[in-house]
Amino acid sequence: MTDISQTPDTTPVAKPKGSLFDKDARTKRRNAAEGRFKLYGIAAIGIGLLMLVVLVTKIVTAGTGAFQQSFLELSVELKEDKLDKKGNRNIEDIKKVSTFGYAPLISAALEAEVQKLGIQTDLKPKGMGKILSKATQADLRNYVIANPDEIGNTVSFRFLVNSRVDGYMKGRVTRESIANDKSISVPQLDLVDQLRDAGVLYKTFNPDFIFGSDASDQRPEAAGIGVSMLGSLFMMLVVLALALPIGVAASIYLEEFAPQNRLTDIIEVNISNLAAVPSIVFGILGLAVFINYMHLPTSAPLVGGLVLTLMTLPTIIISTRASLKAVPPSIRDAALGVGASKMQSVFHHVLPLAAPGILTGTIIGLAQALGETAPLLLIGMVGFIASNPPDGIVAGFLSPNSAMPAQIYEWSKRADPAFYERAWGGIIILLIFLVTMNTIAVILRRRFERRW
Amino acid sequence: MSFVKLSASAFAIAAVSATTAAARDQVQVAGSSTVLPYASIVAEAFGENFDFPTPVVESGGSSAGLKRFCEGVGENTIDVANASRKIRENEIKACADAGVTDIIEVQIGYDGIVFASDINGNTFAFTPDDWYKALSAQVVVDGQLVDNPYKTWDQVNPNFPAQPIAAFVPGTKHGTREVFEDKVILAGCEHTGDFEAYKAANGDDEKAAEKACIALRTDGVSVDIDGDYTETLARIDSNKDGIGVFGLAFYENNTDKLQVATMSDVVPSTESIATGEYPVSRPLFFYVKKAHIGVIPGLKEYAEFFVADEIAGPDGPLAEYGLVSDPELVEVQEAVANETVLGGGS
Repeated sequence: MTDISQTPDTTPVAKPKGSLFDKDARTKRRNAAEGRFKLYGIAAIGIGLLMLVVLVTKIVTAGTGAFQQSFLELSVELKEDKLDKKGNRNIEDIKKVSTFGYAPLISAALEAEVQKLGIQTDLKPKGMGKILSKATQADLRNYVIANPDEIGNTVSFRFLVNSRVDGYMKGRVTRESIANDKSISVPQLDLVDQLRDAGVLYKTFNPDFIFGSDASDQRPEAAGIGVSMLGSLFMMLVVLALALPIGVAASIYLEEFAPQNRLTDIIEVNISNLAAVPSIVFGILGLAVFINYMHLPTSAPLVGGLVLTLMTLPTIIISTRASLKAVPPSIRDAALGVGASKMQSVFHHVLPLAAPGILTGTIIGLAQALGETAPLLLIGMVGFIASNPPDGIVAGFLSPNSAMPAQIYEWSKRADPAFYERAWGGIIILLIFLVTMNTIAVILRRRFERRW
Repeated sequence: MSFVKLSASAFAIAAVSATTAAARDQVQVAGSSTVLPYASIVAEAFGENFDFPTPVVESGGSSAGLKRFCEGVGENTIDVANASRKIRENEIKACADAGVTDIIEVQIGYDGIVFASDINGNTFAFTPDDWYKALSAQVVVDGQLVDNPYKTWDQVNPNFPAQPIAAFVPGTKHGTREVFEDKVILAGCEHTGDFEAYKAANGDDEKAAEKACIALRTDGVSVDIDGDYTETLARIDSNKDGIGVFGLAFYENNTDKLQVATMSDVVPSTESIATGEYPVSRPLFFYVKKAHIGVIPGLKEYAEFFVADEIAGPDGPLAEYGLVSDPELVEVQEAVANETVLGGGS
């Protein structure tokens, strides 16, 4: 403005007011700035969406393979002289034959099948047997122990094949890539080709990946995420049972009853701080307090749940307080006005109105806890842990188990590339859970939230 | 409110049973991530063949495992520690201080350490001298100890191609690092004769000279990998000139992406490691708490099963996975059967 007043001569005296359709330079600049901002916004969303698309495509392409597995159908003769030498069907005697004793039976069955199909191969029965998974011996032994009467009969089975053969069926392993591989040879792949053409070796959906237990490094084809899913479930039960009541009680007190003073201010600041603490810190705390001091069992979902409770509490408290605050004071005043006590006004009127918000916060907190890995590393939930399904509710809480994210982490570390595929498959399952939980949270909020 | 009551009582039940569930029924193992694959194979087969539940095997590293092992005796301490190195004197002492006095040491076999690079890259035939010259922080040039000047492999050894030096070696928390330093870098340092120069520079102090020998360069040519071999593999995938240090079993599972280099003209394999021709190998161990035998069901059976011929023998599943079977396995089996403890005569 000062510039203008200093040079009044140059300013036209009576500039006609422009039409609204006639944009002057300043308006044009403002409109251009707005247009640019919209572009930035679209670009930002575009980048975000692109990342999402890349991520989802990668996960889906890398992980869908894990849901399929190659199987070989074989008729195995359960020879009595190998499995029950005394012939008295005594279960204790049958159990004495270890899994290693079953390997020759399976090789013989495969050899018979190859002969029956008229397949030409130079492989010895032992070499042929190598295309099958090592889990087959255990599967067969478990079957025989469960059905001792079948000894002597010929039974048809669907066996898992080795992870390399499975990789070949899925295109991950090729004849070129196995040049230096000791676990599989080209003649074995030739045999696989012929068995596939004969229709006895095929790829199909594998429910054991979703419901099965973890397997050792030698048999990735048999590994499943089911047991660690149960571990996650029991952990979430602990989190829900502890974090929800504690979190809601704390928020109700802080929001409705507590006096506003220094102390409550400090508590409030600390709750916000706690929400920002890295989760690994809770793991260290859990190790020190729950395992070393309280002597709770290591690797137990109970301990994992306790640690995750600490982590989830601030999230629940903050969201609960926000939804309590959103209930208008007139509701409280009206309740108090008709003679309700403070507690009645809170529990009969405020809490039900705030419930959708509380539930949403809880579900989001649970989803966060479900995907958390770092604290679990420290309380011994990573390794070869999820091998036994828990045999009961108490065992579910107390016997060692892993959790889904910890299992994915463990698989991604293992040497065989087949585990890598399973890690991606595990991510798909975990993401399905997370998306479902978040969707439920959104639906609850949409359907039950009241606005004033 | 009934939900709150229900969940509170459910938790109370769980908490009470936590204290009463003193009788732990499965063996708990923790320790070296190198031993983990072998231990998991044994644990799985053990669970299948015995009426005991499958033992739980945690990873975390040799040192961390032995530390937990030495925390004391009792249900909530681990029964077995896996280690890719021998237990140290100070660890034995720490164990004894916590009441863990009788420790059974079991050597399960040997593990080879290999050098591997991208499958489509140049082929290498290394000697320890080459690695020492390529990675040591200081080397002797014209009789003078100078900061390592080499940037490409052909400067180290004229037989090599002019490929930039980029090495991915295990970080210091790995047991593998110790073997790499001792059997490769230090061996090369001594063999080239540079050791004398270090000794002179350190006032005839052998210990200090050894330490100076194995100090790796820090100018970005040698990268410490603190994660697992999968991370080393990913690094080589993104830097095709990189050469990484792997365990033999890991390499054998990834032969489609990696080619292995020879060391002193020997190709690493379970056979060449067993005969001792391939120089870079180390024994693997597990340690059993004797006080837990008879308390934790299946502990002794697990230890015996681990070293049984059908498991740890030359034709067993462990050898198939990459473990080099111990030629003196019979003695190990006897030691386990007799529960021979460390330092207890024998």
